Amino acid sequence: MNLSNPEFEAECIQRILAGEKQLFHELIRPCERSIFFLLLSLLGNETDAEDAAQETVIKVYLNLRLFRGESQFKTWVLSIARNEGLGRLRKVNSRREDSLDAETDETTGDYTPAILTSWREIPLEELERKELGEILRAAIDSLPAIYRNVVLLRDIEEMDVRETAQALRITEGAVKVRLHRARALLQKSLAPKLKGFVPKRKGLFGWGL
Amino acid sequence: MRIDCKHVWEYISAYIDGEVDAELRAHIDKHLETCEICSAVLDSTRNVVVLVADGRVFELPAGFSQRLHERIDQELKAETG
Ligand SMILES: [Zn+2]
Repeated sequence: MNLSNPEFEAECIQRILAGEKQLFHELIRPCERSIFFLLLSLLGNETDAEDAAQETVIKVYLNLRLFRGESQFKTWVLSIARNEGLGRLRKVNSRREDSLDAETDETTGDYTPAILTSWREIPLEELERKELGEILRAAIDSLPAIYRNVVLLRDIEEMDVRETAQALRITEGAVKVRLHRARALLQKSLAPKLKGFVPKRKGLFGWGL
Repeated sequence: MRIDCKHVWEYISAYIDGEVDAELRAHIDKHLETCEICSAVLDSTRNVVVLVADGRVFELPAGFSQRLHERIDQELKAETG
């Protein structure tokens, strides 16, 4: 969820810089989730992600006076998180072989979706929530990093295209292309496994129609 | 303009996000009326997007927030002292 409130943030920052340091807890709270999941998507394990999240938050605090309000606070925070994550990856000399900074996207190209008419037709019993979570996490983890980051910010943290582009330092066009590609890959890997799991319909299919 | 299945797949993500223009949307809708395969691909892709967005699927590790705020407190104290 993206519940940022620029006026609250601006006031908070002013007051923190003026000495009301405890307010930093409230300022950073709405960003915690996104920081963690962005770092998890970069680093690949929860322990490193949590450690890097703490480091990120301290850096945000120490650099607070540098925030100019040109982007949303959360976007700025996430770009610090991204730098922290990339710095760590370089240190462990890239455990993941895909290039995180790749500026060129492959075109969406030809892809054949998983063709499974039964998924929407047969409402089978729900998978256990936990099992579902594991399947989804595994599928997202297996995406190339440049796609994983975009899915994470756009579809999991529900940031808009512009914010996602700013946080990842890529163009809005690249966000859209990568998102499309990522969703196609996820559809292909998940549809056969999730056959029968239909999200509760209420309110979920209303958008964009 | 008649569009084929591959064309529809290319725009599925933008379609789900409501980012195709009215004309293209009309073409896609028309195609979907008669193409069972594309309708299924659209529905399953949309299901994936919905499932991924479900906050309960991606939960923070237990105690994450508490540990984070303890760390912040340490920093604030260290700075004051
Ligand atoms: Zn078709």
